[in-house]
Amino acid sequence: MIVNMGPSHPTTHGTLRIVLELEGETITKATPEMGYLHRGVEKLGESLSYQQFIPLTDRLNYCSSIMNNVGYTTAVEKLLGIEIPKRAQQIRVLVSELARIADHLVCVGVNAVDIGAFTAFLYLFRQRETIYDLFEMAAGQRLHTSFTRIGGLYRDIPEGFVPLTERFLVECEASINEMENLLTHNPIWHDRTKGIGAISPEDAVNWGYTGPCLRAAGVPQDLRKAQPYLGYETYDFDIPVGTTGDVFDRYLVRTEEMRQSLRIIRQVLDRLEPGPVMVDDPKVALPPKEKVYTRMESLIHHFKLIMHGMEMPVGEVYSATEAANGELGFYIVSDGGKNPYRIRVRPPCLPIFSSFEEQVKGGLIADAVAVLGAMNIIAGELDR
Amino acid sequence: MIIEHIDAQLPGTVTDRHDFRGDQTIVIAKENLLAVVDLLHREGFQFLVDITAVDWPEREQRFDVVYHWLNLASQERLRVKVPVADGESVASLAGLFKTANWFEREVFDLFGIRFEGHPDLRRLLTWDDFQGHALRKDFPLDGGDVFCMEGCTAPYNNGERGGE
Repeated sequence: MIVNMGPSHPTTHGTLRIVLELEGETITKATPEMGYLHRGVEKLGESLSYQQFIPLTDRLNYCSSIMNNVGYTTAVEKLLGIEIPKRAQQIRVLVSELARIADHLVCVGVNAVDIGAFTAFLYLFRQRETIYDLFEMAAGQRLHTSFTRIGGLYRDIPEGFVPLTERFLVECEASINEMENLLTHNPIWHDRTKGIGAISPEDAVNWGYTGPCLRAAGVPQDLRKAQPYLGYETYDFDIPVGTTGDVFDRYLVRTEEMRQSLRIIRQVLDRLEPGPVMVDDPKVALPPKEKVYTRMESLIHHFKLIMHGMEMPVGEVYSATEAANGELGFYIVSDGGKNPYRIRVRPPCLPIFSSFEEQVKGGLIADAVAVLGAMNIIAGELDR
Repeated sequence: MIIEHIDAQLPGTVTDRHDFRGDQTIVIAKENLLAVVDLLHREGFQFLVDITAVDWPEREQRFDVVYHWLNLASQERLRVKVPVADGESVASLAGLFKTANWFEREVFDLFGIRFEGHPDLRRLLTWDDFQGHALRKDFPLDGGDVFCMEGCTAPYNNGERGGE
């Protein structure tokens, strides 16, 4: 029998179609189809200025938009060869880790719902709402944050942000504990997740896995430690690693990663120092509005940046950050023009999803749902 | 480091190289791709991070197929570029790296570059009947779809209707 899973189905996490060929309930073949959400982001990038591309990165992984903003602007800053101020780096780490928690909360929570455990999801989603409240305070928007700018941030975090984050640290830890109490030792959860989608470390590397799925298979690769950026080398945190790479290990890795992210956030709050959140370079940063209105030089810089864009060097860079799903890479080719000549987004979930058939072949339909959830496929990122 | 090894073991293979902002890039001819990949694999570059392409329509060899490799042990990265002309094909790496399968399908879909020996070279992001290759520079930004874009004067391309 042939069953279409998706493209529009609660368990397909966006718009994906998977054609399952079955014998009874056993999957004999699975053909994933994607592209239902393809918007030509890379093509659009070639016609937009470097700054204008930032809102498009929001739409890649809409569960953790800020990490996409950070990844992209870090790539452009690498191309420009500039370093952003300390405070901007710290705030980027802070919001990235909040976004990682939000992403993992959604992934674990929705995976549990897909498998039939609803209560854990409720505990977790309450915390995601708090994170979105914090994003709203900082960026003015909950989902599509567009918080970073090339050379720093759109603005500094507002008053009241830090105490609320401190309260969140306590409450989120409690929610993760509650969720763990419900799931980690639950025999039904074990039956549905243990041994499902197991993958060896060699295979995981060969498939191009990154992020929690790779670490769950036993490969301790985390760009925050391996190729640190934004000063991650100065923070104290651990990389959780699994052994079998199955759905249960991915769940454990993500749960522990959330705790480690809370640890990093606590350290950021402890060391957050006052200062600018934008580079002091009028060729990159827009001048403050009051200066545009009162000073001729600032007005000229503003005009030049808006009308002509930044002066970019000729060259190409690949910059990778550790997003919630894994290595999010931006490959930018510049010919010195106002627009990027080519922007390539290397989404972490594309290589992971490409192994879907191998993961589910011989399993049951219900296992396919568990595997898909644990892969944390985000259609916006997959299709671009 | 790795580039010296390639120079020593496969002399004359690297036709161009540059180091920009810490990114090492080498350019090789498409005939040498499999030999270089084999060497890279033996040298510990076992993680194929990405395959993509860049279109330079004014060049004789119009496309650069771009491979990004990572050495998990040393965390060294290497970018390998293979120039190809329109209509030419490149050897597929899908037999060596499973991850290459979909990346090559995507490059085929969006640039029209064929990969010799690929087990299932179909479009990935667009549908089978889709006309053209969307990431080529001469592909119109508005998609050129007469049914969807009738009367469209999208401001970002001055209302031009390429493809007609």
